[in-house]
Amino acid sequence: MSKPETKCWRNDAYAKVTGKAKFTDDLKFVNALHAAPAYSDFVHARILSIDTSAAEKVSGVIRVLTAKDVPGVNRFGQIIRDYRIFADDKIRYHGDVVAVIVAETREIAISAAQLVKVNAEPLPAVLDPEAAMLPDAPLVHENHGSNIVNTHVVRRGNVDNGFKQADFVIEEMFRTQTIEHAYMETEAAICVTRSTDGVIEVYGSMQHPFSTRRFVAACLGVALSEIEVIGTPMGGGFGGKDDTAAIVCARTALAAKLLGRPVKMVYRRDWSMRESYKRHPYRVAYKMGVTKAGRITAVQCRIVADGGAYCSVTPWVTWRSTVQCCGPYVVENVHCDTFGVYTNNVVAGAMRGFGSPQMNFVIEQVVEMAAVKVGISGIEFRRRNMVRQGSVTITGQKLDGHKVAMEQVLDAVLKEIDYEKKLGWCSHGKTSTTPQGLGVRQPSAAVEREPAFESGGGPPQSKTLSRELEQDELYGMGVAMSYRGVSLGAEGVDFCSAIINAQADGSIFLETGIHENGQGSESAMLLICAEELGVDLNRIRYRRSSTSSIPDSGTTVASRGTIMGGGAVTLAARELKKKIAEAFCEKLHCAADEVRFKDNFIWGKATRMECGDMSPLSSTRHVASFQSADMSTHSKISFAEAMRQMWAMQKFPFALGVFRAPRVSWDEHTGQGDAYFTWVYGCQAVELTVNKRTGKVRLLNAVAAHDVGRAVNPEMVRGQIYGGMAMSAGYALHEEVKAPGGKMTTLNLNTYRLPRSMDLPEMKVIIVENPDPVSPTGAKSIGEPANEILAPAIANAIFNATGVRHFSLPIKLGAMPEATACEEGCK
Amino acid sequence: MDQSISFTLNGKPLTVATDPSRPLLEVLREDLDLTGTKYGCGESQCGACTVLVDGVAVRSCVRTVGSVTGKKITTIEGLSADGKLHPVQEAFLAEKAYQCGFCIPGMIMGLVGALQQKPVPGDAELLSGMHGHICRCCGYPNLVKAIRRAAAQARK
Repeated sequence: MSKPETKCWRNDAYAKVTGKAKFTDDLKFVNALHAAPAYSDFVHARILSIDTSAAEKVSGVIRVLTAKDVPGVNRFGQIIRDYRIFADDKIRYHGDVVAVIVAETREIAISAAQLVKVNAEPLPAVLDPEAAMLPDAPLVHENHGSNIVNTHVVRRGNVDNGFKQADFVIEEMFRTQTIEHAYMETEAAICVTRSTDGVIEVYGSMQHPFSTRRFVAACLGVALSEIEVIGTPMGGGFGGKDDTAAIVCARTALAAKLLGRPVKMVYRRDWSMRESYKRHPYRVAYKMGVTKAGRITAVQCRIVADGGAYCSVTPWVTWRSTVQCCGPYVVENVHCDTFGVYTNNVVAGAMRGFGSPQMNFVIEQVVEMAAVKVGISGIEFRRRNMVRQGSVTITGQKLDGHKVAMEQVLDAVLKEIDYEKKLGWCSHGKTSTTPQGLGVRQPSAAVEREPAFESGGGPPQSKTLSRELEQDELYGMGVAMSYRGVSLGAEGVDFCSAIINAQADGSIFLETGIHENGQGSESAMLLICAEELGVDLNRIRYRRSSTSSIPDSGTTVASRGTIMGGGAVTLAARELKKKIAEAFCEKLHCAADEVRFKDNFIWGKATRMECGDMSPLSSTRHVASFQSADMSTHSKISFAEAMRQMWAMQKFPFALGVFRAPRVSWDEHTGQGDAYFTWVYGCQAVELTVNKRTGKVRLLNAVAAHDVGRAVNPEMVRGQIYGGMAMSAGYALHEEVKAPGGKMTTLNLNTYRLPRSMDLPEMKVIIVENPDPVSPTGAKSIGEPANEILAPAIANAIFNATGVRHFSLPIKLGAMPEATACEEGCK
Repeated sequence: MDQSISFTLNGKPLTVATDPSRPLLEVLREDLDLTGTKYGCGESQCGACTVLVDGVAVRSCVRTVGSVTGKKITTIEGLSADGKLHPVQEAFLAEKAYQCGFCIPGMIMGLVGALQQKPVPGDAELLSGMHGHICRCCGYPNLVKAIRRAAAQARK
């Protein structure tokens, strides 16, 4: 059997390169209406009235919907039901939608939306999360009683004693910015009332069809069975198509139900950026005590996350930040206080990383600062404190159910990037601006930027690129690492289903409760199913599920697709094999548990499988016996023939697999517990230059090593890591959503600077595989781990180039002061 | 005010009656049902809407339909002939150069246009020409490999 990566890349590959893939906006229904949202210009205001009369008079406008039209519940939320489908009592942020215009054409809906007038009494806006926590702050949600959405703590050991044992204390304040998912496909929904039974079909761009169904049904005041959310190819999500996507679907479904016609709503980029939730901006006060021997004695931190106007998943995001607040280091004394806060800023919610990119930006700089105090390298400091096999985390969880690969991935990265040598090249702390071992390119040779990527896909041929500095450039290299709890952990219900339905001709349908967000989950599921059943991939067709076809398996976030969905597929396949084995073991002359599945056959014994050498001795009973080279007799039946016979036996080759996450625990008062059922480990390093006259950062080379458990589809794993590193580079250097006075001004991609091809360095990916015993496939996660550490690696590299630490994101560099004083000492 | 606008679309002459100030993207998607061309930003920033007008890659979100009167337009749907993929499409497949794939039709058309304008481009020139296409999945290493593979094919 050839390797999966050559056999199956993506089941949707052809459709995607030919433009045939149908995303939500590509679907068309006869007689469809079009909808557009109407906003107000308030940031915080009490609504007195909403005047839709002018909009209603526009020719072609069918109806203007507001909160009054909602027959069910206008408020939704996965944790706190505070998010308005239509603003009702107040405007709480600049992206609140007051009305939706439904018209014969999209153009008419958009022009009429501008005519909706909101009469409201402005209220003082609270835009600073620290100010929002003060007792006299204006309240965003009066009935919540405070602007504090949630708190989390970690209480471990005694930090006072811990700091007494310390020889050095590092204390610093960090800030991270608001960033945008910027999925290329904006929010979109099309809803259609099925004429036969009145069920509303929802097609939309979303990561969580089941929560969408929940909110659509609640909004319309109908049972879950009245709504069918149908999975649709999606143009990226990155955590961003959960809450907002569900709201867009709810508004569209309401219009479809009330008007009896299909309704489509596709977001313009500026609406998407104005309204959709973002990654939380954080403020983190961090204090670490260390001994002269380089051991961490204590960590105290205070984390404030600006959740914006609605709760969304702020309690879950900040929970992960809390659990992982010390990074992959063993710390006996920890005192962490975390606050999720309401403000009148744009809503913050899930984004790839989910509370870890912010914390890793802090921790992975603090350990380097601590190492400087101790007088050892950052790597040595990490080695003395990192988690190892059997270590106990800061929440009291013993890491013993899986391979703790922290040092393995660290070593892999250091070797690949040639750490010891490159550290010597770093400009900071050098008297000469030209580090030894580095040439300086003549200005004439530096006019045209050399391509960062080399053809052929092998290791970069232009190693010289890393060694050649342009005029005025400083060189730096930096490393960062993390561990990450897999899937939802103790923050939620975590189980997933898969259905395998083999047909009488031996072809197979597979479906799962995991959603194809564009990441290639369907292909991963197909590979897992084919391997477990021992059949060719082309025998299996992925059936895109709907909320009516498969049990609610939760959301496709938290890097849980492969581990949870793949686990369910494996269990379904094993269940199916058990049924088949019981049906055929007698004919195959063996016990049911001796039946094996391989090469599209079902085998009586599992000893030798050189099918090429074997010829059937008898085919009359459709069960072949044959002699292999060692002359032992085997029996086999083809998979297709077996399926035909099962049909005749009135037995369905059908199985439901359910994978339940192993037990986790959490004590909210102490912040102690087995937070996640398993963990992944990752390390990334980057080389860069900083132009000391302009502050321009040029990324030269990046290396990543991640333990993914098992790489089901290796090329996709590499793709996730490339993408994760690139997004993290954008987070470090460019991306920021601006909203002065709470009014979003970053409304399109001309002002929101995304990473582009030439911004990025050479990238080398090392996949580390330690199959995880708790995962039925052995596979774990990669989506988010890939996206949470390049920013601190870049910050560390910039320090090693310039001697300047940056405590805020994005890192803004101006001209360097001449002869930067070397206060901390390099490395 | 609607007008009759004639152009050649994917090799076939065509006349549409519409407001000439409408974006070409909208007419292609809504009126002509060619949904392979995507809306990403509406402001010529991302490249998802790229089509060829007389062999030149243009952003159809900011081009009016009136401006293409008499011109030859090629969309992703018109790229493969006789069921055979265009070499640029083959290059994207071979290098596994997409994740969600939303940006890919625009990127393929951008590259086809670039190679039509200059069949033997310099590497840096080629890459800087593709710099205007955003992929938020950020699968750029494979995209760049696909771009180079397609260019190498074109040079032959």
